[in-house]
Amino acid sequence: MGSNMAENHPVGFQWVVEARLRGAKIIHVDPRFTRTSAMSNLHVPLRAGTDIAFLGGIVNYILENDRYFRDYVVHYTNAPVIVSEEYADTEDLDGLFSGYDPESRSYDASTWQYVGTTVSGAAGQREMGGITGEQAHYAQAGELGHGGEPPEMDRTLEHPRCVFQILKKHYSRYTPEMVEEICGTPKELFLQVAEALCENSGREKTSAFCYAVGWTQHTVGVQYIRTAAIIQLLLGNIGRPGGGILALRGHASIQGSTDIPTLYNILPGYLPMPHAHQHQNLEMYVERNSAKSGYWGNMKAYMVSLLKAYWGGAATAENDFCFDYLPRLTGDHSIYPALMGMIDGWCKGFFVMGENPAVGAANGKLQRLALANLDWLIVRDFSEIESASFWYDSPEIETGELKTEEIGTEVFFMPAAAHTEKNGSFTNTQRLLQWHFRAVEPQGDCRSELWFMYHLGRKVREKLANSTDPKDRAILDLNWDYPIEEESEFEEPDAEAVLREIGGWDENNEPLPSYLPIKADGSTTCGCWIYAGVYADEVNQAARKKPYWEQGGNWVAPEWAWAWPMNRRIIYNRASADPEGRPWSERKKYIWWDEEQGQWTGYDVPDISPTKRPDYEPEAGAVAEDAIRGDKPFIMQADGRGWIFVPAGLTDGPLPTHYEPHESPFENALYGQQSNPVREVYPRPENPYNPSDGDPGARVFPYVFTTYRLTEHHTAGGMTRTVGHLSELQPEMFCEVSPELAKERGLENDGWATIITSRTAIEARVLVTDRVVPMKVQGRVVHQVGLPYHWGSKGIVTGDSANDLLGLTLDPNVHIGEYKAATCDIRPGRRPRGPALVRLVEDYRRRAESHNGGG
Amino acid sequence: MSDSHPIIPGSGITGASDAYNIEGRETPETRPLIPLGQRYYAEEKPRMGFFTDTTVCIGCKACEVACKEWNNVPDVIGELTGQSYDNTSSLGANTWRHVAFIEQRKPIKMQQEAGLMTPGSEEDGEFRWLMSSDVCKHCTEAPCLDVCPTGSLFRTEFGTVVVQEDICNGCGYCVPACPFGVLDRRQEDGRVWKCTLCYDRQKDGLEPACAQACPTDSIQFGPLDELREKANGRLEMLHEAGVDDARLYGANEEEYGMGAFFLLLDDPEVYGLPPDPEVVTRKFKSLWGAAAVAAGALVAGVAAAFAGGAR
Repeated sequence: MGSNMAENHPVGFQWVVEARLRGAKIIHVDPRFTRTSAMSNLHVPLRAGTDIAFLGGIVNYILENDRYFRDYVVHYTNAPVIVSEEYADTEDLDGLFSGYDPESRSYDASTWQYVGTTVSGAAGQREMGGITGEQAHYAQAGELGHGGEPPEMDRTLEHPRCVFQILKKHYSRYTPEMVEEICGTPKELFLQVAEALCENSGREKTSAFCYAVGWTQHTVGVQYIRTAAIIQLLLGNIGRPGGGILALRGHASIQGSTDIPTLYNILPGYLPMPHAHQHQNLEMYVERNSAKSGYWGNMKAYMVSLLKAYWGGAATAENDFCFDYLPRLTGDHSIYPALMGMIDGWCKGFFVMGENPAVGAANGKLQRLALANLDWLIVRDFSEIESASFWYDSPEIETGELKTEEIGTEVFFMPAAAHTEKNGSFTNTQRLLQWHFRAVEPQGDCRSELWFMYHLGRKVREKLANSTDPKDRAILDLNWDYPIEEESEFEEPDAEAVLREIGGWDENNEPLPSYLPIKADGSTTCGCWIYAGVYADEVNQAARKKPYWEQGGNWVAPEWAWAWPMNRRIIYNRASADPEGRPWSERKKYIWWDEEQGQWTGYDVPDISPTKRPDYEPEAGAVAEDAIRGDKPFIMQADGRGWIFVPAGLTDGPLPTHYEPHESPFENALYGQQSNPVREVYPRPENPYNPSDGDPGARVFPYVFTTYRLTEHHTAGGMTRTVGHLSELQPEMFCEVSPELAKERGLENDGWATIITSRTAIEARVLVTDRVVPMKVQGRVVHQVGLPYHWGSKGIVTGDSANDLLGLTLDPNVHIGEYKAATCDIRPGRRPRGPALVRLVEDYRRRAESHNGGG
Repeated sequence: MSDSHPIIPGSGITGASDAYNIEGRETPETRPLIPLGQRYYAEEKPRMGFFTDTTVCIGCKACEVACKEWNNVPDVIGELTGQSYDNTSSLGANTWRHVAFIEQRKPIKMQQEAGLMTPGSEEDGEFRWLMSSDVCKHCTEAPCLDVCPTGSLFRTEFGTVVVQEDICNGCGYCVPACPFGVLDRRQEDGRVWKCTLCYDRQKDGLEPACAQACPTDSIQFGPLDELREKANGRLEMLHEAGVDDARLYGANEEEYGMGAFFLLLDDPEVYGLPPDPEVVTRKFKSLWGAAAVAAGALVAGVAAAFAGGAR
């Protein structure tokens, strides 16, 4: 679900095909019939943006029919835990949880806690300070009761305030009939999916979910994945072979770019970025972010070792290991506020590396207006992409909204080396680091990112060398002495030296074997604690390419590349054995307790201290992993349990709830609350929204559209529209519509259509196809329009950009845009040229009374 | 166990098979000329071919791209065709692998296989999207080879049929001779270009570029005997699973032998393949016979005329 794996991950999809050949059932739930559907046993259509209703329906089916894996649920999840009396559910408050403040459009999450204790999340909004500040205190306590269990539990799962009963009530109205009403999916089809999933789960079998940005790019994106997590925990499909929830990434190493993040709010290894006011020093930072129990109990050791990697000898216990050199957060510093800052004039410079916002980001016009208002812009890419050429060839130049001579942005284009021209690693969705070696030297001025960042840093340091300004110490004290490749003609830094730093070393400069020896006293250095061990024994473990048939019959193949953490191929794999440590079944055995040897054994590296007995109970005062019982697999959580109900860490509710997309032609059939109440909106003239159902102008934009990629092109097209052999395969921007919509709007196959939203109008060739089906929702037929987003003004093949149609509205947890469901109108023929285009869109806005958010 | 592991993941080539490993290399100078009309190379090696299992084709077109990259086949940037996701339309001088996309309303047998069926109108049936990567068939009796007057087309030691671009004079006789429309003249230079089954790669012991690039093993390369055996096994499996539509195309030497054959889910014409291809040159013998009779009659007539004239 939420993924078109065959088209966007064809290489990984070979294993899905192989699984099918061996008898696995493949089910594809997607608004369109894609190349993935063609390879599946069953394609299940649904309306774009309604997956939580669908998945919630499965949760309800599991609970109503007693299909959950009881032993797993009772022992390994927080289903038995009793939740605070103050908690009120969306069933009580018509679509809101307790703690909602309409003024600030945010939640105070304190009422979502367990009775008698407070726990902090293993990720996400750990300290909750970003919301109200006050809640920062709640993460501090985080202590469990006797024997490492939450203070109040009901293992019979019958207490009305235990998580299990709350869950049951929360999803009680997500019936098959309601799924049909909201998603448009025929009830019988939905039931087939629910039954197939239940049938294929339990002791003997496991099922997996694969998802991609079809799930994440919504105003409730995080909660989509949470719903799948609930299903998988109820069915016992986490931490076991063949189970899991697999995030399919949009580029090679997107996983790597969150592990060693390019995000503003986390540091390597998912350490939170410190806040300006709440984290005055290291001690306060650690106290407010880490729980006493669970693996995050070691946060200080990981942070200190990271600071040592950054500042080396300058980082000492006396100066708090240079903790004060780290930048601090004062709010949301994601790309979106920065974009608004560009338009408003306070953000003056911008690095664009590995992305093409002028084509690849929502509301392209807003993106380009932002670029046009900068002092300087650096674009690093293979060729001059639209984000570098907007000042002379953007749609706004054509309409006259921008004039080249009035744009002051100085654009620096830096040619980039391709992955075949540099050494480095890719981290894939399975957390597997695979090293790639340079095959050819980059041509001309093309250089690797490593070269660019290293030499940029070197030059900045040279310029600041004589500075006495204290603020420059953070840069001057940096560890910035990476070795240069001996043979290199242009001083390419040694990528393996960087990997070695990431993997870490001890006081004797010996590479760390794993994260276990990482210390908080400054004696160890580690650039990313979860990657510790990737350079164990002075060997680039990620570069291992030993095929599985040379690995003594172990099908897990631990000597192929290296997986974080500690080369573990399945995390939380303690869950593959029962509470006593025996495999749930012979067929699905993976790791188990060996009583004779007094340790855990199996095919993989156990995700539990190797000698921690299954019956281990922590003594009072135990901390970190020692505070987790021997029968609890989810060691990153303070209570060692998989969280069905999330008491802390999410900004928009402890349980996933169906909300309509920000722009929807339908009302929320379940609650009075139409959309996610805490979704992020940008009500600005550059970012008008289409009215949703209930607003008078909603019918002006009666259709749902969704954006996607094709196998033949890659994302915003910078890598593929420049290649003839790929361009010829999909030479033109097109839209996909059903024969019914084609008839309704007079669209002809192979003809042209204009698609209009409050933002702009674009044109596309038309493919009329049965692969797009009209859905019957709430008694009405809704048509969906499919739009690939690969085209722009540059390259061999050009065309309008689908992302220009989208408004900016975001998920509140991770600030990802709602790219996968919005509303539009469509009509036959090409769009108007020049200023006439602006007039057309203005006319639509007037008719729809398009507004600036709210709801 | 170890001998059945693929050398290259996804390649279908197993460690046990060294059948296509070539010892020594021949240069054009040392390569013996192949007499016209001879079907096989003098020093025959196991006949190599393709088995294209369309039931696992995901339509990624990696085969088209890999083929063009390896063989330096030019791109042809056209317009959107409006024919599903197919924008290269057919095999030709500049497209040696072509992925067909067929959208049809029909019961999806795969769903029966798994005990899952989509409900829908009985009349329409359910939707299915067939994809299939087409290629030169490297026929057992290749008509193109028979009609080529220059010897540019020849049968390689791997049993494949290859055009030598330095010999082809662009006469085009082979173009109508091919029952599959594979042979085609390139407009720019007038010569005929088609799939070589990566003759150069085979000589170096490598599998063809398309087969190597195929992520799902829809395109399998190997000794034809082994491929046929594999294909029969796969067919049996599908039939057992209730996929009654599944059939092999071009695997039967007695009907029409192909060095590149297919597993299809529908009639060949659905995929743009001729249901009953014909070796047009088989008729040459009878044609020459008829010509001889006619010539004889002519001679007799002329002789009779002369005889009459003498009177």
